[in-house]
Amino acid sequence: MGGSHADVSRHVKAYYAVFTTLAVMTVVTVAVAQFHFSDIGNVAVALLIAAFKAGLVAAIFMHLKWEKSPSIWWALGFCAIFFVVLMSLPVLTSQDSPPQVQHTMWDVRAAAPATPHAGH
Amino acid sequence: MSVAVLPHTVKPHPITGVYSGKLGTWLFLASEVMLFGALFSSYVLLRVGAPTDGPAAWPTHEQTHLSWKIGGFNTLVLIISSVTMVMAWASLKMNQFAKGRMYLALTVALALLFIIVKLTLEYRPKFELGLVPAHNNFFALYYTMTGLHALHIIGGIIVIGYFILPGSALWHRDPEYYTNRIECTGLYWHFVDLVWIFLFPVLYLL
Repeated sequence: MGGSHADVSRHVKAYYAVFTTLAVMTVVTVAVAQFHFSDIGNVAVALLIAAFKAGLVAAIFMHLKWEKSPSIWWALGFCAIFFVVLMSLPVLTSQDSPPQVQHTMWDVRAAAPATPHAGH
Repeated sequence: MSVAVLPHTVKPHPITGVYSGKLGTWLFLASEVMLFGALFSSYVLLRVGAPTDGPAAWPTHEQTHLSWKIGGFNTLVLIISSVTMVMAWASLKMNQFAKGRMYLALTVALALLFIIVKLTLEYRPKFELGLVPAHNNFFALYYTMTGLHALHIIGGIIVIGYFILPGSALWHRDPEYYTNRIECTGLYWHFVDLVWIFLFPVLYLL
């Protein structure tokens, strides 16, 4: 990013504004968690606030707002695509099991024979 | 004797448009997104797949013994440390070395506070209650995710500590190069803060 003395002085104001916002949003996160909207509703609100805070950190503290390098944006673009695939895996996994079978690690362990596995 | 000089540590590379350390740091952070992303993905899979009742049910807040007050306190500690880190870079950019180093020292102090709180007020009491990683899926994930995050904090302490003491000699030789290295360290540090911004609500509040 550009870095004249005046530029940096301007950024410093943004840093403190972001800090105040992050601190307030942390309090908001805790406050809204005390209410029960619905299972999905609480997850959605918490993740939306977290995403907003993360966006502020990335844009201002990590200087992405002023980032012009195409290489960095390409890398981040690919990263975002793979991240979406990664986070979709649990949903895709839930599609491939019969509905009556409860798939948890706990169940697998409970159903396993008590004898230890023979070494090979 | 000729000394090999690393190219593009200050001036942008003509193809990438940025000094090479910064691009390298972003590529590293992209790999870190996948590392932590895999754990968050596992969390979703195990939580959604957990039965609604019985011994394997997902634990309630009372059963996890996680205090949002301690988690919230540590959240604020990390946010403040992100501000001190970026202020260190801003001070160096304005040619104020002593001030920059003071902000780096403050960042390390806050990072140490985070680790001390984590170990003494969070991990130890849980181990005393027998809430170890093998207790259930929640604690397996809790210790893996917060433990990996804490290792990143410790890594940051080592790197920032290096730049406060032996690494600061670079400032006197090439201040711009030193400032860029602090910017890269800052990118890493803010990423560690960013991961915690998601860990806190997911583990302590939901």
